[in-house]
Amino acid sequence: MYLVVEQLLNGLQFGLLLFLLAAGLTLVFGIMDFVNLAHGSLYMMGAYFAATFVAWTGSFVLGALMALGATLLLGIVLEYVALRHLYGRGHLDQVLATFGLILFFNDAVRLIWGPAGLALPLPAWLTVPVQIIPGVYYPAYRLMIIAVALAVAAMLYLVVMRTRVGMLIRAGASNREMIGALGINIKLLFTLVFGLGAALAGLAGLMQAPILTVQIGMGENILILAFVIIVIGGIGSIRGAFMAAIFVGIIDTMGRAFLPDLLRKVLSGAAASTAAPALSSMLIYLLMAIILVLRPEGLFPAAKR
Amino acid sequence: MKKAFWLAGAMALALAQPATAADSVKIGFVSTFSGPTAVIGNDMRNSFELALDHLGRKIDGKPVEVIYEDDQQKPDVGKQKTEKLVQSDKVDFIVGYIWSNVLLASLKTAVDSKTFLISANAGPSQLAGELCSPYVFSTSWQNDQTPAAMGLYMNQKGVKSVFLIGPNYAAGKDMLAGVKSTFKGEVVGEEYTVWPSQLDFSAELTKARNSKAESIFVFYPGAAGVQFLNQYAQAGIKAQIPLYTAFTVDELSLPLQKDNAIGIPGAQEWVNDLPNAENKKFVEDYRKKYPGLRPTYYGAQAYDAAQLINSAVVAVNGDLTKKDAMKAEMEKANFKSLRGPFKYGNNHIPIQNFYLQDVVKDADGQLSLKTVATIVKDDQDKFHDKCSMK
Amino acid sequence: MMPKLNASNAVAALMCAALILLPVYSAATGNIFILTLFTRITIYALAAASLNLIMGYGGMMSFGHAAYLGIGGYAVGILAAEGIGSGFIQWPVALVVSALFALLIGALSLRTRGVYFIMITLAFAQMAYYVASALSRYGGDDGLTVYKRSDFAGLINLSDRNQFYYLCLACLFGGLYLIWRIVNSRFGLVVQGVRSNEQRMQAIGFHANRYRLVCFVIAGTICGLAGALLANNTDFVSPAVMYWTRSGDLMVMVILGGMGSLFGPVVGAIVYLLLEELLSQFTEFSGLILGPVLLLIVLFARGGIMGLLGRMRRG
Repeated sequence: MYLVVEQLLNGLQFGLLLFLLAAGLTLVFGIMDFVNLAHGSLYMMGAYFAATFVAWTGSFVLGALMALGATLLLGIVLEYVALRHLYGRGHLDQVLATFGLILFFNDAVRLIWGPAGLALPLPAWLTVPVQIIPGVYYPAYRLMIIAVALAVAAMLYLVVMRTRVGMLIRAGASNREMIGALGINIKLLFTLVFGLGAALAGLAGLMQAPILTVQIGMGENILILAFVIIVIGGIGSIRGAFMAAIFVGIIDTMGRAFLPDLLRKVLSGAAASTAAPALSSMLIYLLMAIILVLRPEGLFPAAKR
Repeated sequence: MKKAFWLAGAMALALAQPATAADSVKIGFVSTFSGPTAVIGNDMRNSFELALDHLGRKIDGKPVEVIYEDDQQKPDVGKQKTEKLVQSDKVDFIVGYIWSNVLLASLKTAVDSKTFLISANAGPSQLAGELCSPYVFSTSWQNDQTPAAMGLYMNQKGVKSVFLIGPNYAAGKDMLAGVKSTFKGEVVGEEYTVWPSQLDFSAELTKARNSKAESIFVFYPGAAGVQFLNQYAQAGIKAQIPLYTAFTVDELSLPLQKDNAIGIPGAQEWVNDLPNAENKKFVEDYRKKYPGLRPTYYGAQAYDAAQLINSAVVAVNGDLTKKDAMKAEMEKANFKSLRGPFKYGNNHIPIQNFYLQDVVKDADGQLSLKTVATIVKDDQDKFHDKCSMK
Repeated sequence: MMPKLNASNAVAALMCAALILLPVYSAATGNIFILTLFTRITIYALAAASLNLIMGYGGMMSFGHAAYLGIGGYAVGILAAEGIGSGFIQWPVALVVSALFALLIGALSLRTRGVYFIMITLAFAQMAYYVASALSRYGGDDGLTVYKRSDFAGLINLSDRNQFYYLCLACLFGGLYLIWRIVNSRFGLVVQGVRSNEQRMQAIGFHANRYRLVCFVIAGTICGLAGALLANNTDFVSPAVMYWTRSGDLMVMVILGGMGSLFGPVVGAIVYLLLEELLSQFTEFSGLILGPVLLLIVLFARGGIMGLLGRMRRG
């Protein structure tokens, strides 16, 4: 029983980690109708900034905050210089342009920081496992990720649902012309939203850095997962991204945890040991395909454009 | 219009390399120089360059010309680069190959053109068995050898049970099979993770802890090894279940793994403190030539490849057309290897010692790898019977 | 249907002539590698052209097109490994299996639109990737070496560099001709009509999805042919060829060259693969150049290179 609880917790935590990345992506996608493959690069930059600043300042929290500011700034500059000219273009133009940015950022990082990657060690108070129920220990840092991600989700909910900016964002997600008609400075709003999305990507990157690694190309595989999540959740829907992220996190973790044993009961040993890893590898894609076949616009489609 | 002509012109210039006279030794070097694993390719290149420095940049009095090519870690790109080296540059030797799949894709090109290929890392079982060739040599190992040595060490330690975790790809399966081939205790669990995209190992770690296994064995090269050790330490399992590894802790991953790697044993055919004179010189000069960097086993293997080439060319007095004589000389492994002397098996894979390495803090407070013991002497891979060369 | 003489057509004609004469140049200068390089380029050009059929003309943005490269390749590789070396069996099997796969995923994917379509095609290609990685009998993720190229009973020798190049080129031209015929047929006009206004075409009484599906299957089949060629070219097939980044490469080739232009993908494949090859000889940081170049092309050359050329005449 403990095993199931612990694996559920693992899945929840992994899902929330993915939510941090998916939230920014779905925000930018939903509001500006902009496919940003470079979201993964911003995630990578967040991690590199954090590793650099933490090493400079010697403080994890201070370094992380500086890294957040730096990715926010980078996002705004990127939007101002290049990406704002791509709004209203086809998705494919955006894909090509931001694919170019991925290539650029990967090699720029390799030039500046070298190919070896960086370490972002945790402060001592975050490395101790915490006893959550008698007999079950859980890494303190992972508990912190859960807390931060929930806080971000709550904050996004409040901003989007309760503030004037949030109202504009929601209006933009469902009807782009309308906010123009309201006489709002759309350009500024878009720049701000893009900056926010970049900062969220940076936050995801720096939060994951101590668990995973700070590496060139670290944004690419996880970006695909983030896309899977926003597509399952329905593009533009923060709520959908939140639910889908947790769903994907839990399904993926539980699949890896229990599928091999289940298969071993059904199939012969040899067949099970080939089929299980392959099946759990493709579980997320299988899940997405099934959901999209049944619900072609995701689980929580944003209002029709 | 002009653009097209300009492009065609540039292309013709760049692709039309004039054939040079045979007064130099031409070596093609295929490895990964872009993307996250460029760090391995760079280390191999650094060590190869150092070997050439030590040889006075000349082999048997002839100048050496090395052409480095980036395989981008993709099999078909590696194959194309190998073709370029063979067809366009007409090299005498091809060295390198980090990845099994890149090597397997490129092998036929080299063998068909009777160009000597020296694998300085990749060691798929096919290379040792049915695909062995007179023109192919290895200065590394066959994949199974290293984990098999680890399994032997675990027997020596009296470990009763193990939980195996590895990535779900060919080398990952080879590694786990390698441990199982020698480990005498009970294998209580075996988990394969998604490669290369799995980021989170918490599900596997939780299972390993609940399996009550006495030990865990993993194989996670590169960045994945950093991730795994981070998560293993953070989950508090490091204090509960000891970890045994193959190719998970090396000089490239150590600066990122930091204290998480202390006390984690691994098996390797080369460690930086092996006590022979050539190795001392190699490690010292490497650290002098590339400040801030430390050589790895990848580099040591590339260094040995340069020495192996040198021995062959010297033996035929620089007559590079005498392929049979060069082959015969290389089979003797008649050079001072950084790992100490070794012999070649019938399949041109080294028969060599494997050492136990551990992570310690060295004199200047930096983490480094240290030889603890010799696990096995003169180990030969188990696929050599399948090789048609006798 | 006499093509107009403008910059893009002139470049296309020049390019075809250069491709045809390339083996002569190669023989004259002794530069074998350029032929090897362009053999690979023509194969990718064929794959990109087939993607262009659905993406450029049909408006179906498939992010899983590399799956057919793998399927066509594995059909050849697996049959060869099982001792069936005849190309008369291998190649039809490659085409049929690719077509069936396209039929299956097309039927499921075409329920979705836009980005959802991009992602569901990606999902199927990734599943194919993981299935291939699990085929331990056929090398798993290490890949499968094809020891003997497809045997066409003496009709053509695939191991001969020039013959194989011309075969690839013939397949490319054949594929382009087929696509050209399709695009200009009644069927093709319906497919393009569906892209620009689906509701209207439905209202007129066309089953939009049926037309799309047929188009999707044709493109998959052509790409399966490219896969069979690729396996013969590399003497090797591995799951890596199906990974999503490879599908991304194909997409980039199409957009770079010019979507919805017959020769666009060919130009895109040539420029992209040549840039990759040339830049890697000058620098290890090719992304620093290639990346901004892609961005600039999107910003200043709408419709890719062919679009740019098309505008040159109009001034």
